[in-house]
Amino acid sequence: MRRLWQWFWRWFQPYWLTLRRPSVHYSLGFLVAAGFVAGIVFWGGFNTALEATNTEEFCTSCHEMRDNVFQELKTTIHYTNRSGVRATCPDCHVPHKWTDKIARKMQASKEVWGKIFGTVNTREKFLDHRLELAMHEWARLKANDSLECRNCHNYESMDLTRQSARAAQIHQRWLVTREKTCIDCHKGIAHHLPDMAGVPQG
Amino acid sequence: MSNAFARNRPLWIAGGLTVAVMALVFIAGWLFGSGSERKHEARREVAAQPAHVVSPDSALGRTDRRQIDALRRGIPIDQEAAPQPLWHVQNMDVKRERAYPMQPPTIPHAIDGYQVDRNSNRCMLCHARANAEKFQAPPVSVTHYMDRDDQFLATISSRRYFCNQCHVVQTDAPLLVGNTFQTIDAVLAAAEAGTATAEAAKGRP
Repeated sequence: MRRLWQWFWRWFQPYWLTLRRPSVHYSLGFLVAAGFVAGIVFWGGFNTALEATNTEEFCTSCHEMRDNVFQELKTTIHYTNRSGVRATCPDCHVPHKWTDKIARKMQASKEVWGKIFGTVNTREKFLDHRLELAMHEWARLKANDSLECRNCHNYESMDLTRQSARAAQIHQRWLVTREKTCIDCHKGIAHHLPDMAGVPQG
Repeated sequence: MSNAFARNRPLWIAGGLTVAVMALVFIAGWLFGSGSERKHEARREVAAQPAHVVSPDSALGRTDRRQIDALRRGIPIDQEAAPQPLWHVQNMDVKRERAYPMQPPTIPHAIDGYQVDRNSNRCMLCHARANAEKFQAPPVSVTHYMDRDDQFLATISSRRYFCNQCHVVQTDAPLLVGNTFQTIDAVLAAAEAGTATAEAAKGRP
């Protein structure tokens, strides 16, 4: 262990000394400006990479998503509809606000683990895990008051008179009073439901 | 060389004859096929003309084509049938009259994407006995909890689990065929009127 450290230090020492020493050739102003530009480039790159992982193409590049949940989404109104607006995977599954998004992306490192070790790499394994996976999403949406639903379906812009009488009545009774949130009733609208025995619905 | 030809002369002749016969058969087949094709074309033109007169591009308003055969609607098999428009499901949430006492009530709302399978039953989210109050939906009747020996079960009977076997939505599509169905009330009223006139006729003298 000590030998390893010595070897590493011998290799790293010149770089460390350079970093520790004040700049000899460049002015402070140049370094500040260069740091600023480098910061912009780094941030742009980071954000671009982050957004690249926030697309339908990225999600469906794994067969676990493409062959299971994406196929189910295709039959629902969130994929094709009369007005041509599509909710893609991250619209519902990744928070839009930056801090929440980063927190969710850090959580998603568990999903990278699952991908590497093939936790749900067959249809059977996926079906076995489906209830657990769905429970995570329901808990998340319940905790943030169905924030990802409300990003598009804002109650303030909801015209109850344009809904069917039944829908308007139920929304008035449960949604307006904030007794229930979207996900309480609208489970399984974009994907098939697992065995719901014992899971409260509505 | 010539020696070899002379020796194999019968073989050469037989081969030549075979080729000639096959060519003749081919030509005959060609002529026959093109002739019948022309005939088919003529027939198709004859058949196509009245269809075009009736309807240029749509099955709408094609009363003579409204048959129980919803797939072809009487259009000849060698013609492309113009697709019918997709009708809209009535979503009024107003209960409809039942045509006869035991009729399964029709569904007065849209049921797009409702999952009814081994895992979940979307209909029972509202129509189950326990949930009916929450959603102000009519609970499924007591018969749906009975097994085939008329014993009551705690949950919905597996015989009645798949709602769409009996209960269906209604669309705004025009009727494919007419019918002369009369409700029992109309039949009773007619019978009563008949008896009344008969009695009146009897009591007249």
